Amino acid sequence: MGERIIDPAAKGWAISWYEASARARLDGLLDAGSFREVVGPEERRMSPHLPLFDLPRAFDDGMIVGSGRLDGQAVLVAAQEGRFMGGAFGEVHGAKLVGLLRAALALKPAAVLILFDTGGVRLQEANAGETAIAEVMRAITDLRAAGVPVIGLIGGRAGAYGGGGLIAGTCSRLAVSEGGRISVSGPEVIETNKGAEEFDSRDRALVWRTMGGKHRRLIGGADAYADDSVAAFRQVALDLIGRAPAFDLATLEAEQARLEERLTRFGDCRDATEIWARLGVNDPEAVPALATADFDALLANLRETTHDAR
Amino acid sequence: MEKLSFRHATSRALPGAKPQAITGVVASGNLEVLLERTLAPTECTVEIETPIRGYGEVWAAVVADFVARSQPGGLRITINDGGARPDTVSLRLLQGARLMEV
Repeated sequence: MGERIIDPAAKGWAISWYEASARARLDGLLDAGSFREVVGPEERRMSPHLPLFDLPRAFDDGMIVGSGRLDGQAVLVAAQEGRFMGGAFGEVHGAKLVGLLRAALALKPAAVLILFDTGGVRLQEANAGETAIAEVMRAITDLRAAGVPVIGLIGGRAGAYGGGGLIAGTCSRLAVSEGGRISVSGPEVIETNKGAEEFDSRDRALVWRTMGGKHRRLIGGADAYADDSVAAFRQVALDLIGRAPAFDLATLEAEQARLEERLTRFGDCRDATEIWARLGVNDPEAVPALATADFDALLANLRETTHDAR
Repeated sequence: MEKLSFRHATSRALPGAKPQAITGVVASGNLEVLLERTLAPTECTVEIETPIRGYGEVWAAVVADFVARSQPGGLRITINDGGARPDTVSLRLLQGARLMEV
């Protein structure tokens, strides 16, 4: 059930991933007309908790799940709508993702794609949300152990925060755009707990160079960097499916070693620009303003941002 | 939460055969509209859930105007409102009807 009147691809228009709704992202990501939604809005599986707080519900609870094709390959997809309750995990929202991942274990698709756009757990139904986060992480590891890659795509306005950031960490591969952010505690949370001297949440440049797409890609937290367009995310997703690492002891040990080394090398840095300098970036101050082609060239030069761990 | 429900008779069925469509998002100042072609060809219902109380007359006027303009016969329309202004509601309803036609 798409939501377009005009086909933007036919007009040659690029669609911004950041600006697009979850449904529009799925519509442009998958092969034309191939998306089949499960537990669609017409089933009205809405939150049983939000009415207690006199808050409006959404027909799909902000989580759209189903199957489709990506360049002909069968995939399962889940997309979060970041504008509804900040894309936060509630009971129904989380259960739909858990159900999709468990179904994938039986269906064995070429990959499961998760289009993250979330601030974390929905506080109004936090127990159910936290449980869902744990169940999703377990389901992802089960799926990866069975040889199905789980690819996370992050470029929405809510980013991937809280439990969403934890889930992202369990994916086989992650793609991120400049606008995408990945972390656990959000800027406001850090400021509230540690003070503005520790982290000024209103300093947008600080937020993005600490949690934003370019930084995550540079330190190996994300495996691919995409332009902010639906077409770019489609290309990157296709590429990552082919490069998903095995999920075995060797991979986990390599990941542990990579993270330990990262802490040793960069643990005393006070700002992301110091990390970039140590990585060998000649002009760290210029990184935030780099266009995608120049940033890709920089990544190619650094080389060490590519690894098989995770 | 205030629940409103309107029933209108139309002069014709809405063209097209698409069984359902959805448009919009439940966010501040926005709303989602679910349209389903499940009613008799000259019937249209609009059910609304809104957290903003006391605007029943405005909703009635916006819905009546939409029905007069689009003649959405056969549609069951359900709205989750996030506090949208009347012009946004009007736009989303027209968008939804158009989605059902294409």
